[in-house]
Amino acid sequence: MILPKIKVLRSHGLQYIPDLTKVKLTEEFRGRPALTATDDMSDVEAAAALCPTQAIGTAPFTLDMGRCLFCGECALRAPRNIRFTNDYKIGSADRDALVVRVGDEAIDFRPEKVRPEIPELFNRILRLRQVSAGGDASVEMELNATGNVNFDFGRYGVEFTASPRHADGVVVTGPVTANMAEALQICYDAVPDPKVLIVCGSEACSGGLFADSRAVDRTFFERHRVDLWLPGAPTHPMTFIDAVMNMTGLKKR
Amino acid sequence: MNYHIIDNISRAVALKDIPTVGYAALYDDLRERLKQERYHVAHYFALPDDSQLRFYVILLDDEEHRIMLASFTMDYYDDTALPSLTALHPAMHPFEREIAELYDVEFDSMPWNKPLRFPFDRRNRNSTMDNYPFYTIEGDSLHEVNVGPIHAGIIEPGAFRFICNGENVLHLEIALGYQHRGVEKCFAATDNRLRQTLLAESVAGDSAVSHASAFVAAVEKLAGRDADDNLVRERAVAAELERMAMHIADTGALSMDVGYQLGQVACEALRTMTINTTQAWCGNRFGKGLIRPLGTNKPLTPEKIDTIRRNVAEICRRYDEVRQDIKSSPTLLARYEQCGVVPRADMLRIGGVGMAARASGVGRDIRASHPAGVYASIPHESIVKRHGDVMARLMVRCREVLQSADLIERLLADFTPVPNPSRPDYEAALAPESLAVGLVEGWRGEICHVAVTDAEGRIAAYKVKDPSLHNWLALALAVRGEGISDFPICNKSFNLSYCGHDL
Repeated sequence: MILPKIKVLRSHGLQYIPDLTKVKLTEEFRGRPALTATDDMSDVEAAAALCPTQAIGTAPFTLDMGRCLFCGECALRAPRNIRFTNDYKIGSADRDALVVRVGDEAIDFRPEKVRPEIPELFNRILRLRQVSAGGDASVEMELNATGNVNFDFGRYGVEFTASPRHADGVVVTGPVTANMAEALQICYDAVPDPKVLIVCGSEACSGGLFADSRAVDRTFFERHRVDLWLPGAPTHPMTFIDAVMNMTGLKKR
Repeated sequence: MNYHIIDNISRAVALKDIPTVGYAALYDDLRERLKQERYHVAHYFALPDDSQLRFYVILLDDEEHRIMLASFTMDYYDDTALPSLTALHPAMHPFEREIAELYDVEFDSMPWNKPLRFPFDRRNRNSTMDNYPFYTIEGDSLHEVNVGPIHAGIIEPGAFRFICNGENVLHLEIALGYQHRGVEKCFAATDNRLRQTLLAESVAGDSAVSHASAFVAAVEKLAGRDADDNLVRERAVAAELERMAMHIADTGALSMDVGYQLGQVACEALRTMTINTTQAWCGNRFGKGLIRPLGTNKPLTPEKIDTIRRNVAEICRRYDEVRQDIKSSPTLLARYEQCGVVPRADMLRIGGVGMAARASGVGRDIRASHPAGVYASIPHESIVKRHGDVMARLMVRCREVLQSADLIERLLADFTPVPNPSRPDYEAALAPESLAVGLVEGWRGEICHVAVTDAEGRIAAYKVKDPSLHNWLALALAVRGEGISDFPICNKSFNLSYCGHDL
């Protein structure tokens, strides 16, 4: 029957975001934290004690987004010192750049840390194999969303593929459980060289809540160099899109 | 037999008030009770207690809204085999398998004595992901199809082994455990209640609101304090938004798998709109940060209420157009109808819960059978279908989206924000040596959290049950006799959680 379809189509309208480089998220969104130092740091110390993943350092005052789960509780405990902005551009090629310091107004992507062959080979097409190793399904759904009708990252040639043989890289989500460690390694080995390695979500960056769990085995990251670090709980599709565009040179920062 | 009887709004129970009976008495009692549809076991687990193992049974009585608690003990090193309840009631299989895997307790004549999730603290270290004892059938005309642990799409890992005769599936076995993160042990390893709340939110990220709600329910019962009226309403709105978002997402996934692209993209856009509504409320698309013990950091404001009401009405209108299009498309009905049938009797036998059970005519729904929060004052009428096929599961989802939208509207229409909404309390003292049950109907079904405190009122043990624990077996049964190419739509009609199962 055609009439109900026309109805659906008319209500659906145009849904794609015309320019992925100009997206602004709602004010409520908790993205990059901004830190301010004050003479009295007792609020920061209280926030650091409460932080569920020990992401806050007090001497010097820092906030490691690679550990942060963006619950926003610290900003409520120390409102003069910590504020979460709606800036989603929080991915970096360098793990150290995820550590926010006092006065930082943007995350340094550090393009110099990107291996030169990555923009050379992958800036027109990048096929990725995602491996969930303890991810809680939210990061996975956000990665799926990058290809949906709204974000449509596929228009830039970035898509997810079923077979690692067809992939140019691996995206790891989750803290890497011991029970998935071997499968992750096999999948990574099956991707032909040269390849990229992306970690997506704060749990993948640091282990998050499960960093000390005996069910987790993160030795994979001792053996392989990560090309792109994406914090978030879960990582917003725009964080992924922005950082991948930076990495492959689709966008000059 | 003697049970300690509470309901879903009772406070925590002192451990000494939970009757300790002999296993034989419990076995005899459950053997008879579980024959009746009104009873099912919400949780059954063992905890080490000095030199003993203490087993707790949490039995639900749907008709009289009761939660029935009992326990029995066994010496930690006693190797007497216990007669298996699974042998009589297959619904008990995940519980007995978990107990056997963790403590090496032997269940006599247990028909499906297999590892459940390969936890890091399992007794038998020789039992590993690599040597899961898959069921096999010999035969020249049969072949096996092995899928996973890594699947084709961007989803969580699990190993599926099909035994096929040509295109037809004779048997599917699902081996899980790849996602095991040690969640339950992490709860007990910290006193930081914010950390525990975040753990609850990450049990299954697509059910963050529901699992966090089960956690705060258990904690508030232990603290002996009630959430205020507005808070209770906000939690229900959040849970129903989550239900809408996931049912819409799965409608989109079911559309994609039969090549119905219009439905797929329409649902993708509607899901985006739903989760962006949640994000505009609390800053996170999955509602993380919204549910907190005894208070909230994200109280509803008049502007937010307007946004939610406006968006929900719009989503509801457009989603209903998709539903009508599905119902008027013979090509879609041909794929969905009479595919992946789980008959009512089978669903009861395996203890299915939630929307999948309701699609097979089993009206299990915590909102109706064990109401708490707003559901205690607004009676919930569950949506039940009887065919048990992919179409029935899809239609339950469709109608639940509309029903959730109605409830949200009803809760928000006369919602009055207060000047000083209660803030979360992460320090509230918990009753010592007590047990509390958090029982919530998530979008998949019954979520059961159990917190047990020690003499100092610390959470000494924490047990989580996601509805997927029961329903994975329903998926395995659904594909029997189907063409293997129908597996994707059968799978998506359930959309079960791997991490919720593996913990």
